[in-house]
This record gives sequence, structure tokens and C-alpha cells, in this order.
Amino acid sequence: MSVLVDDETRVVVQGITGGEGKFHAEQMMEYGTNVVAGAVPGKGGQEAAGVPVYDTVHEAVEEENADTSVIFVPPAFAGDAIFESLDSGLDLAVAITEGIPTQDMARVNKRLSETDTRLIGPNCPGLITPGEAKLGILPGNIFSAGNVGLVSRSGTLTYQVVDNLTNRGIGQTTAIGIGGDPIIGTDFVDALELFENDSDTEAIVMCGEIGGEDEEEAAAFIDEHVDTPVAGFIAGRTAPPGKRMGHAGAIVSGSGTGTAESKINALNDAGVPVGDTPEEVATHIEDFLA
Amino acid sequence: MKLHEYQAKQVFADAGVPTPDSQLADDVDGVVSAAEEIGYPVAVKAQVQVGGRGKAGGIELVEDEDEAREAAESILGMDLKGYHVDRVLVEEAVDFVNELYVGITMDRGEGRPVAMVSTKGGVNIEEVAEEDPEAIAREHIDPSFGMHPYQARKAVYDAGVGQSVARDVSSVLTTLYQLWDDKDGADAEINPLMVTSDDEVIAADAVMNIDEDALFRQPELAEMEEEATGGDELEQKADEYDFDYVRLDGNVGIIGNGAGLVMTTLDLVDHYGGQPANFLDVGGGAKAARIANALDMVFSDGNVDSVVFNIFGGITRGDEVARGINEALEQFDEIPKPVVVRLAGTNWEEGMEILNEDLVTVEQTLEDAVQRAVEYAGEVNDQ
Repeated sequence: MSVLVDDETRVVVQGITGGEGKFHAEQMMEYGTNVVAGAVPGKGGQEAAGVPVYDTVHEAVEEENADTSVIFVPPAFAGDAIFESLDSGLDLAVAITEGIPTQDMARVNKRLSETDTRLIGPNCPGLITPGEAKLGILPGNIFSAGNVGLVSRSGTLTYQVVDNLTNRGIGQTTAIGIGGDPIIGTDFVDALELFENDSDTEAIVMCGEIGGEDEEEAAAFIDEHVDTPVAGFIAGRTAPPGKRMGHAGAIVSGSGTGTAESKINALNDAGVPVGDTPEEVATHIEDFLA
Repeated sequence: MKLHEYQAKQVFADAGVPTPDSQLADDVDGVVSAAEEIGYPVAVKAQVQVGGRGKAGGIELVEDEDEAREAAESILGMDLKGYHVDRVLVEEAVDFVNELYVGITMDRGEGRPVAMVSTKGGVNIEEVAEEDPEAIAREHIDPSFGMHPYQARKAVYDAGVGQSVARDVSSVLTTLYQLWDDKDGADAEINPLMVTSDDEVIAADAVMNIDEDALFRQPELAEMEEEATGGDELEQKADEYDFDYVRLDGNVGIIGNGAGLVMTTLDLVDHYGGQPANFLDVGGGAKAARIANALDMVFSDGNVDSVVFNIFGGITRGDEVARGINEALEQFDEIPKPVVVRLAGTNWEEGMEILNEDLVTVEQTLEDAVQRAVEYAGEVNDQ
């Protein structure tokens, strides 16, 4: 029924005493997520959103057997908060924070390769297994349980596509927002692999956007390793070239990749139909499941 | 955040990178006196944030006072790719025998920084990267250790830089990486790094882009940002309001939350036969005042004939959005352009109750909202 998260997942919320942290900890619990603790330096011994708060993530792991963290820590401190979660031996860390300096994430990325923790995000809406648990800020009410896996770089685009699916009665196994930052933990390829290996996932939606080469890499991976049917959507067909990409960044990637056209072509070549509209994506999925 | 050439050069020079003698000037007499102090020949270079300044007439090499005056008169006040030139850098002309390229950037695919060196400097390096990628030597750097000296040497030797200047170029590259690291650079580049007949290396240009998200720990650079802004009135307004905004050629104004969803809205406008006037992302969790600012932004664009509001709330709440729309529209006796609103997600029902439907057209789905806005924009054009 799910990948990465279910109703057994034991969650510690880093930054639970902040406005966003508290609000969304409550929302997560209301949805059914098993939030067992908060972690905020200097606030150990208090209670927030009905759960005990510890000064460190290590304590939350020791005292409450937390295995997953959701991070609502301001950008200046979020890189450090991710390091702390990686160092606490958690299975999964989900970083919601937007605006973490890229160099901090490069260091996190290095550390990530040395640990067994999986990171989702940062700058992402989180992930949800409808009817079981949600980690992050996704609006739970638009999701429904079913057999479609969804992975997306854009939070609000995730909501849009899920809405199109749910309106047709198509439910989801798990929806994962991987985040739109230049450096992220779990990427398309990782998520596709999880869905491919999940016996309940019968079709996959992959939502990408212009910039970077992740979608092209995902297309190559699908071609080689994914038997589950995949439908795609790429945002930014009409975006003017050069407006979003940095100067020297174009040197590394070369200018032949990163455009909507190159991503759509790569996906089509891998047998993935790409919808012109979110509604068309839902139609492709409906056809797969028919 | 992109520094001006003169600002980046100052940052590089302070760190020990050799740069030509130069002065900033904002009028003709200033250019002449700067040139005399530096000594002819000098280059007069427009200080605007666009590439290809030379080809566009923004850089001139002058030999004497008459030429300096002429160049200053033609460059100061010129419109360079939409940017008004109000300052020039007057710079010692370097007599060079060779031009190199050195740069540091974040390789997002690899998730770590990369140092680049090429002997094909002085030209559009993106074209080199595309046509002859082997001409650029690359060395990936472990951000937790920084660049080892051997890595700088390796990149320089791999690029085929001559023995006589290899040590100095390595040293420039090392300094560039340290700056990139210390200052939260996104890109740091020197193109060209000139080599003189005496085997000296000099940074004839300087590019430094700073990660906006890290400006909180770069107070000195954040101060420079005030000066670095430019562009047209609307883009300046977007800076003031702190919006991600891109002006486009069409007439359907677009406001939404989240880059992916806003881009999708643009694509749908195009799909249904309309033309997007702009990209405007209000970001996550926007409150009413920010929504009102967004509408003000889009109404300020004379090309806009209709506006589509597409909000799918997650962290953003529908009631806040509705309040902002009311706030912005209730101040008009007559709404300047038709506004189509589509609200979904968090608190959309509360939002629909608050929204003053006398002022806007409400649509339930993204597709319907976009089609309606395209229709309105078309009607204006038919009149």
C-alpha cells in the first residue's frame, strides 16, 4: 500500500515549537500520522502539539524510538538540522524548509552519501500515503488511497495533478514531493525505483520542470529498469530560455538539455507519454489502468 | 544576486587576484579624467547586468581624449538590451598574447562544486561548452574539504595552460574557489583571464553571482544589492515586492503559487491560444497584502488585458488569498482588467465565501479559468 511511510512510522518534528512546525505537526496528527516527539534546542522538557519536546534528535530517538524526522527549521539553521537527523540514525528525514543556501546542501549531500538515512527535499511539500500518514504540508483532503505512485519536483503542481486524478476516482499509493532545489536528497530515479518495487503501485506519474537534467536521467532509467507504466508532465514549455539558469551553470549542463523540449523528447523516447495539460496526464493514467 | 563587473572586480582584487587599474565614472568629464589618470589606451565599459556588452556597443577601446569623450557620450545614457547605462568602468587596456577562462560553479547534477579552466577564453564560453566540451578541463571539489592545491594544478595542466603561467593561473583558480566558498557564490568566473607577453595574468572581466538564500550571512554583499538592481520599471517593482517575476510579451497576466504551478498556468494559456504576459509566483504561505501587491504588479503592465489567478493552497490559505484580492480590487471604481480566480486546496471554501464575486469571475478548474482569461484577453483585442 505504500512506500517509505505508513501508520507505524514514528515521527519527530524538528522545529515543532515554531508557527509552521506546530501547525503542521497538528495537521499531520489529525491525518493520522504517528508523531511521537518534537526536537527543539533549548525547549527540552516542554510539550508541543501534545507530544514531548527534546533538546536533540538523538534524545527523541532514544526516548520515543523515532525513526523519521520532518524538518520545519528556518533556512539559516536547516542545513545543521538535516546533519543532526542524519547523525541520529533515522531511516528517513523530510526537509520542508525553503531557501537553504546551496553550499550548505552540497555539504549535506556529501554527508548523505556516508549514511543510511534517506532524505526527501529540501524545499518540498513532503510525502503522503493516503489514509495512513502524511509527512509535511500537503493538503491531505485532496488525496485518496489507490494504486498510482506520484513523484514531483513542484509542490503545487503535485496538488493539481492529484486533484485531476482524485476527481476521476483514481487513488494514490504514495505521493512524493522531491523538491525543486538544485541539490536534493531523493531524486526521480530513487522514487521511480521505489514505485517499481512496490507491488501495489500499478502506474506512476512523474511531474518535472525545466532546468537541470534529472528528467533526462529519469527517462534513461525508465527505459532500462521500469516496467510499471509511467505518464509524465513537464512544466515550463513557454518559459523564456536563459531566464532561470545561471551563467556558468549552462557550461556544465551544456545547452542541449534542461529545456522542456529535451525532457519531453527523452521521456517520449523511453515510452512515457507526456500530457499537454494535467487533465491529459490523468487520461493517460486512466488508460493504463483500464 | 549578480554583482556588477566593477563590484566583482573589487571583491577579486581584495582577495589578491590581479586586475587592471580602473575607475568608475558617471559623466563624460569623469571618464576623461579617469582615463588621464590611468593612461591611454583605456577601455570604457558599460556597467549593466547583461552579457554580450561588447557586441552591443557597450565596450569601446579608446586611444586619446577625443575618443574617450566620444565613447563616453555614446555609452553613458544608452539603452543596452533594455538596461539604462548610467555608469561606466574606465580601465587600463591590457596588451595580451593569450586569453584563458577560469570559473567555479555548482554542478547541480553532481551536487558539488566544479572548477573549470579553458585555454579558449575571451569568447562565449557556453558555445565552447556546447561545440567542444573537451576544451574545458573540469575538476569536481568535495565541499567538506575545499579545493586541494593539486586539484587546481590538475585542472590547469589538463586544460593545456603553458608552463610559464601555470603556477599563477592555479593560484588565481584557488583564490577564486576560496572566494566562491566564503562569499556563498553561485558562479565565480574570469573570462578572459589575460596573459601578457611578460607572462603575467590579469582578470580583464569578473563575474560573481551570489546565492540569494545565503545573503543573510553576507552582509557586505547584501549592501551591494541596492546598487546592483536594474532592468525596467516592472522588474524593479517586482524586486521591491520580492516576487519571482518575469515579464513576457503576451497580454494574459498570470499570478499563482509555486513555480511549477505558475509555469503550468503559462503553458495552459499558450495551449488554449493565448499569450502569457508574465510569470509571477507569490511563493508559499502568501498573506493578503502580498496577494494585493501581486495584483498591483500585474495591473501595472500596460500590455495586460486580463488576469488569471491560480492558487492551489498547501501552506497558502484560500481565505488569505481571497482577502488580498478583495483588498486590491475594492479600491477601484472600475476594475482595470477582468480578473479570473481559481482557488483550490487549503481553506478554499472559506476563501470562496470571502471572495467578492461582483469583482471577479470565478472558475472551479484550472482549465476553465485559463480558457476564460484567454477569452477575455481576446475580446479586448477584437475591439
